[in-house]
Amino acid sequence: MKKTLCAAAMTFATLAGAASAADLKICVEGAYPPFSETATDGSVVGFDIDIANALCADMGKSCEMLKTDWDGIIPALLERKCDAIIASMSITEERKQVIDFSGKYYNTPGRFVGKDGMSEDDLSGKTVGVQRGTIHQAFMEGEFPDVELKLYGSQDEVYLDLVAGRIDASMADSIAQLDGFLNTEAGDGFGFFGGSYSIPKYHGDGAGIGVRKADTELRDAFSTSISNIRTSGEYETINSKYFAFDIYGG
Amino acid sequence: MNPDLVLQNWQLFASGVWMTLQLTFLSLLIGFLIALPFGIMRARRVKYISPLINGYVYLFRGTPLLVQLYLIYYGFSQFEAVRESILWPILREAWWCALITFALNSGAYATEIIRGAISTTPKGETEAATALGMSPFQVTSLVLVPSALRRALPQYGNEVVFMLHGSAVASIITIQDILGAGRTLNAKFYVAYEGFITAALLYMAITFCLVGIFRQLEKRFLKHLDLKR
Repeated sequence: MKKTLCAAAMTFATLAGAASAADLKICVEGAYPPFSETATDGSVVGFDIDIANALCADMGKSCEMLKTDWDGIIPALLERKCDAIIASMSITEERKQVIDFSGKYYNTPGRFVGKDGMSEDDLSGKTVGVQRGTIHQAFMEGEFPDVELKLYGSQDEVYLDLVAGRIDASMADSIAQLDGFLNTEAGDGFGFFGGSYSIPKYHGDGAGIGVRKADTELRDAFSTSISNIRTSGEYETINSKYFAFDIYGG
Repeated sequence: MNPDLVLQNWQLFASGVWMTLQLTFLSLLIGFLIALPFGIMRARRVKYISPLINGYVYLFRGTPLLVQLYLIYYGFSQFEAVRESILWPILREAWWCALITFALNSGAYATEIIRGAISTTPKGETEAATALGMSPFQVTSLVLVPSALRRALPQYGNEVVFMLHGSAVASIITIQDILGAGRTLNAKFYVAYEGFITAALLYMAITFCLVGIFRQLEKRFLKHLDLKR
């Protein structure tokens, strides 16, 4: 009897999870604070998610957030596991060959973070951690070829190894590192160093919403909704919840 | 489907194969060196030591390899004491963390395999050896262990294949093994299929080689048990 109950409960849980009636499924990441992080109850929260909800509300569609690893986020979109990616994904030429993007919804530069007192001149021969498959990986390979790169699945893991001393620096989005690491307890004794990098060749045109190439209507709907929430003040409300200044960029 | 990408990045996969083989075989070797004395002591029920070995085996067989790797790589490094200890130059490196985890894991499984083979040794074998005037040490080293290891061969062959497949979790802690190469290809060019099918084929090829080797070894060392002839 116990066994049957258990099996029934498991089947139920699986079925309940599979059924979904949302208009749009949005792939989000969940390990990139403050843009996207996983709350203690397992739900994903952050700037990306608030923006996603605001855009869905503006379009009058119901949306479901689907937590997806960064590594598999573009394949998930192509395999129709979700209909759009809202995961701080920069609009780059390489990605545009595979998917399409809405207009940007924010644009912030990349910066190094390391132990206080480090400088870019110290980097040669040192180890820098980046998230695998990001613009920052491409940037480091192109501009700092004599630095040893360590590739991580998520930015959270980069912070763990930075604190542990396995890597000497991290290269990632400045805002993500400021709020996701430097302003937290773990970030004590660490700081930004070197320049602010926003080179179109590597960094693209800011973060946009990724959709499949065939979905031009959806792409344009997202672009329209982004400018709608910019004018309605909704963007500003969300922005000020996380950041002290407007991250939309020029 | 774009097989050219795989060919263009063959070096990535070649170094991945080398990394996987290195990790797999070194951890199997260390694991075996742990398991041989532990297995014998477990089978002998040595006072005080056996329960300790028992605990080790339970711990490593009772938890997933991935969790063990996370604990040793990310878990330990959280403590200041570990980061300041003389062990840090080793634990700092992802490669060493993977090797230590895999070796301890393989050691636990091999301990059980060896213990099982020893305790199922027919009584007659050791009795005959004792009757011939062999000392207990001679009985163990000349009769019990060689006989048990031969019979453990098929099971140990499985363990070797499991270790090879288990080593794929190393890619999570920044190690560029076969799966790591596949993941890099996927992350760079957004080609999940090409990267992972190449990784799968490489693992499969190595597995078939290992299975073949163990089949030959079994033919040779288990000849006396082949009752068909």
